[in-house]
Parts: sequence; C-alpha cells; structure tokens
Amino acid sequence: MPTPTPAVSQPVPNDPAAQYDGPPDYRVIGRHGVFPDTSHDEIERINFLAQMNRHLAARVVPGVKAAYDARVVPAFEAKHGRPIATRHEARKAMLEDPAFCTWSALRRMTMEQRQQAGRWTAIRQREALNARAAALIDGDPRLSLNPALKIPRYVSAVDHHCMPGSYHSEYVPGDVTNGANYDHAGFVTTGGLLGKFSDGGGHAVVKWVKKNLPDFAPKRILEIGGTVGHSSLPLALAFPEAELTIVDLGAPVLRYGLARAKSLGVENVRFVQASGEDLRGIFADGSFDWVQTTMFLHELSTPALRNIMRESKRLLRPGGIVLHVEQPQYTPDMPLFEQAMRDWDAFYNNEPFWSHMHEMDLDAEMEAAGFARDAIIHGGVYGVVDRELFPDAAEDDTEDYGRKAAWHVIGAVA
Amino acid sequence: MSFADALKDAGAKPAGKRPYFLDAQVEKVLAITMSLAQELAVARQRNDTLERLLKAKGILAEGEVDTFVPDKAAAAERQMWNQEFIARILRIVQQENEAAAASGDVASGEMADELAEG
Repeated sequence: MPTPTPAVSQPVPNDPAAQYDGPPDYRVIGRHGVFPDTSHDEIERINFLAQMNRHLAARVVPGVKAAYDARVVPAFEAKHGRPIATRHEARKAMLEDPAFCTWSALRRMTMEQRQQAGRWTAIRQREALNARAAALIDGDPRLSLNPALKIPRYVSAVDHHCMPGSYHSEYVPGDVTNGANYDHAGFVTTGGLLGKFSDGGGHAVVKWVKKNLPDFAPKRILEIGGTVGHSSLPLALAFPEAELTIVDLGAPVLRYGLARAKSLGVENVRFVQASGEDLRGIFADGSFDWVQTTMFLHELSTPALRNIMRESKRLLRPGGIVLHVEQPQYTPDMPLFEQAMRDWDAFYNNEPFWSHMHEMDLDAEMEAAGFARDAIIHGGVYGVVDRELFPDAAEDDTEDYGRKAAWHVIGAVA
Repeated sequence: MSFADALKDAGAKPAGKRPYFLDAQVEKVLAITMSLAQELAVARQRNDTLERLLKAKGILAEGEVDTFVPDKAAAAERQMWNQEFIARILRIVQQENEAAAASGDVASGEMADELAEG
C-alpha cells in the first residue's frame, strides 16, 4: 500500500486544527499483543476523560489559584491574625472555598469515571485477554510468581489512584485484568505526555543516563515496582546486552508485563513477584549494576522506603548505580499553594504516602541506607515522546500539580 | 460471564473512603451529570464518525448536514422530540409545581393508618 503523502498546505485562516493544543486522539496509542480491544465508544470515553483532565488543569486551576489569592488567604489572615504557615493549613483553608471544592469534586469524579471506563473495557473481555496472555507467557521461565507473597498494608489498605483492586487483585487464575486496565487507560491521566507506549519516563531515564554516565554499561538491571514495564522496557532496549529484572507485588501486572514485553519484541527481561523490601532469598549481594525505581517511592511507607533503599545498596555491586525518579520534593521555596495542590493526590486520589514522602530528606535517607553523601546524584528529566504525535512535556506550560511528566532524579553510586 | 462481571465490577469502589467536597447529595447529582456529559460526548463523536464515513463514501456532501432543512412533517417530528425530551428530564419540576398547587395531598405512609383502620 503506498504511503499517503500529506498535502503541503498554506495556513488556513481560523483553521481550528492549527490552534489545537491538547491531548492527541487516543487512537495514536501503541498497541501490543495483550492490549485490550477498544470500541469506538470506549475510545471516545477515554478521549473525553483526558480532555476533562486537560480542562481542569488548564482552565479551572487558574480560577482555584485566583480564589486562593483573593479569598482564601485574606480569610485565613483575618481569622488567625497571621499568614498561612504550612501546606496543610493552605489545603484545609481551601476546603472552605467553593472554587477548590468544585475543582476537587470534578477531578475526583474524572478519576472515578476513568477507572470505571478502563475496567469496563478490561473486564468485558477478561477471558480473551487472559488467554492471549497465557499463549505468550505460559511456561516461560522469565515469569516467577509467588502466590504466598503477603501484600503489605501500604498497598492493600487504600487502592492507589482509586484503581479498584490495585495492582495485585486477581479475579480468576492467570488473571491480567488489572494490568490491562492500568495500561490502556492511563492515557486519561497523562493526556499522552508519556507517549505511545506510556514509556516516556523510561526514555527520559535512558537519555539522562547516556548523557550523564556515558561510560556506564550495565549488564544486570533491576527495576523495583515496575508494574507492567512501562518505564522499564526502554532500559532493556537501550542496553540490549543487559538483562532487566522487574520486581513487583502484583501478579496481574507481571503476567501482563511479560506478555506485553514479548509481543513488543523485548526479550531481555524477566518479571518476578516479590517485595522490593526484602529480596535476600532471591538475589545475592552485589547482583546488579543498576537499580531503578520510577514514580514508585510515593506508593510506599517510611519503613518500606527505608528497606528498599537498604536493599538497593545491598544489591548493587561496588560502583553500581541506583536512580529514583519522582515528582519534585517540597522545599521551602515552593509556594504553599503549589505544595497544597501537589498534596491533593495524597488526600483525595488515594496516594496516602505522597505527602510525607515529598517532605522527606531523601539525601539523608540515602545516606542512612549506606550510600556516601558525596556519591549522591541529583538531576531532572522530562518525559521523552514521539513529538510528531504527542505533546512535549518540556514545552508544555500547563501545570497539573503532581502529574506533569517532569521529574527529579535522586540516586547514588554504590 | 464477562458482561455480567463488567456490569457488577467496572464501577467497584476502590479501597479507601471517598472524599466529598460539596454537599454530598449535590455531589452525587454532579457525578451523575458528569457521567451523562461523558456519554453525550461519546454519542456526539459517534455521530461525527458516521458523518465522516458517509462523506468519505460519497453518500453525504460537505455542508449537507449544516444546510439541511427538514420538510414540514419532519420539522414537526423533530420539534416534538425536543418537547418530549424536555418534559421527560424536567418531570421533577412539573411534580414540584403540581405539588405546590395541590391541596389535600397526602403521603402514602400517612394514608396507611387511615386505610388500616377497621
């Protein structure tokens, strides 16, 4: 079939397409062997919900900020005789204001609708998806499950981002439902900022490593909390000589992850069901050249974060590298309004560790885990996507507090 | 049984109490409204898809929908559909207004004792 050549056209006055600024149509998303089938209406539901998030971020949040400045701050100061002192005071004061409450109600509803939409699509074809996954992964030694693994309370008590059953619940033997929901409808939240295969975070990490550690040639890479491998597969592709191990608590995401990787032609991966807090029975000391976590630390607890940092130190060979990619920490120079808005997910989107994690002194935690202070690494990365089809996070000035594809890197050399 | 499972479980509550930001009853109605807005958008896009397919197949000409003028009978049918639709969705307003004008109206529960008397 000949490739259609786009017509070279002059700008058309008032051409709405030329003025378009927002998420791409969902149909540009990358599909693979276990990607759920999506009907016309299921796709449009996702498009609508992605536009809802875009509208809330671009067109409603400025009103929330204006109300904070014009109403919330003066009302707090009149009542207390002093300025707002903490992000928690800022958030609680905003809960008295209709602008914040309306935005919050709509933002929560959009997430609830996204979960229902994605789960509808995944559950209605569950048997078919499970069969497709089984055909790809049954008997493959690169999948190692542990049905006896205890799911810790930081995962089981509150389903992260309102995702019923989280990453780990299984509805039938060999189930991939929750992996399929997590994968195919995450577009609603990212609006395409993570790219065709939701892997812009992983590509960003690779770009950062190649630029900042040009001589680093890892052979054994571990990603802890890698779920379906969105951020991990770019590492395996960038270092084809390496073997990438993905560890996660959830069997459905691991099954789905291996099937997805294989159907995308990524073979140098394996998926292991285990807790990153304690991998002693599985991996010996110094087993890895690189330990990676991406958008993961905020879904833990203080003891779990400390255990994982200690495990990463134990698992690295001398000279190996650990990198954690996360949203920026709260610092004294970050305005309290921004801190309170970034805290929203902690209180209203089922990310209960988000708030405390983002105020921790991560350098001190890394040091306590055994890394030398002068070996600690800091950096910043933006999602790397196919810019023909997807918006570029580095150029997007819409602030969707806590959800933008712009992250900090904290790491260390062991 | 995936359809039945989807009906039951797609809307399952995630673990963790749901926060409410507005009056809970108001927020409930807003949530229903936003779901309907979503489904309206889906229906509208489906319609747009159909129009584009019909144009691509040469069945519908560019601008034909926008310049469409129904004949008298079709116009009446379409306007009656609008009237019926509005009456359906605003029945609660009709009921409230009829209640305000009614006298001697009783609640079913209030009638229960009267009817039970021997």
